[in-house]
Amino acid sequence: MVDHQQAAILSPETLIEEFKKNGVTHIVTIPDSETNYLYELMTAQPWLEIVPSAREGETFAIALGLIIGGKKPVCLIQNTGMLESGDSIRGMAIDSGFPLVFVVGYRGWTRHGPITDSVARYTEPFLNAMRVNYYLVEHDADSERISLAFEESKNTKRPVAVLVGDEYHGFNR
Amino acid sequence: MIEASEVFRVFQEYRGNAIVIPSGTSGRFWADHTTNEKRDLVIGGAMGQTTSAALGVALALADEKVVLFDSEGALTMNMGILATIAGKKPENFLHILMDNECYATTGGQPVPNAQEINYAGMAKEAGYLAAYNYDNLEDFATNIGSIMQETGPVFVAIKVVPRVENEPMGMRVRRSSRSRAESIRDLQTELGVAVA
Repeated sequence: MVDHQQAAILSPETLIEEFKKNGVTHIVTIPDSETNYLYELMTAQPWLEIVPSAREGETFAIALGLIIGGKKPVCLIQNTGMLESGDSIRGMAIDSGFPLVFVVGYRGWTRHGPITDSVARYTEPFLNAMRVNYYLVEHDADSERISLAFEESKNTKRPVAVLVGDEYHGFNR
Repeated sequence: MIEASEVFRVFQEYRGNAIVIPSGTSGRFWADHTTNEKRDLVIGGAMGQTTSAALGVALALADEKVVLFDSEGALTMNMGILATIAGKKPENFLHILMDNECYATTGGQPVPNAQEINYAGMAKEAGYLAAYNYDNLEDFATNIGSIMQETGPVFVAIKVVPRVENEPMGMRVRRSSRSRAESIRDLQTELGVAVA
């Protein structure tokens, strides 16, 4: 019998597979408390270099430098830190005219009942204000949406966000 | 304090083939001294984040020497980057801070605790392999050659004379003729690097 709880999760392995499939070379990140297993899994990949950062705004600027040098980074942060990163997203990602996918832990998001965490209420309005398109990913069946984000970013030469709506289930072990 | 232009005049002699990233009000004087503009990179664009972008360049281009001319106003906005840089230990990275003790671009207001803060000390304690302070040109000129040969990350803090600007932004004279996009494109062409 299929465990529906397990079947519905977004597994960290799925994210790693999508990163590899799309040629990602670097993850610029501040790990959040809900994604420790993902962090361990990333550090175990020989093709992937992790750049731990002190603040989320740094990640978009470090990513720009990596892109200039021919690498393909992804920024991996939480929505709280994304709000802090507004000027960096504007100046270092949008204005640079390069493709960039950033993955955002969607803290507080739920499709079951009211959203009570204010950061979840501001996450999508923030992205809309910045005119950054985004894809919501909740479980493994959504993984193709991650590749869509890479494709759109490449075609538009703009940052595209992937909102991870299941950070409270699949990423901790 | 040293005139920023004098720092750049001396540095140019030892630049070699390094990628140079100038920033801040002091950094604009680099345009008067550079002899290899295609290896100069303009990557400003967000407050306090040029330092972070320079780290990305150093990590991506590990076989190239990367020299950042930072400003203390910008670094103070993003001090955590010292730990980020020290953690990644880019051996090819030289971080030079042009400290004029003020926000020269907004009229010269003081940076917090400008005269007492020890940026080189902070960098060293964050984990840079070496850090130096200079407040006279002779000492800087004597040592910059050997510093350029050191394994990074290395930090150099230099006290420079502020050149305060009060004109509205739109009326200021640009010293570099190239935009950020042009400088990125020129560097990528020079290195044979394409966007992945």
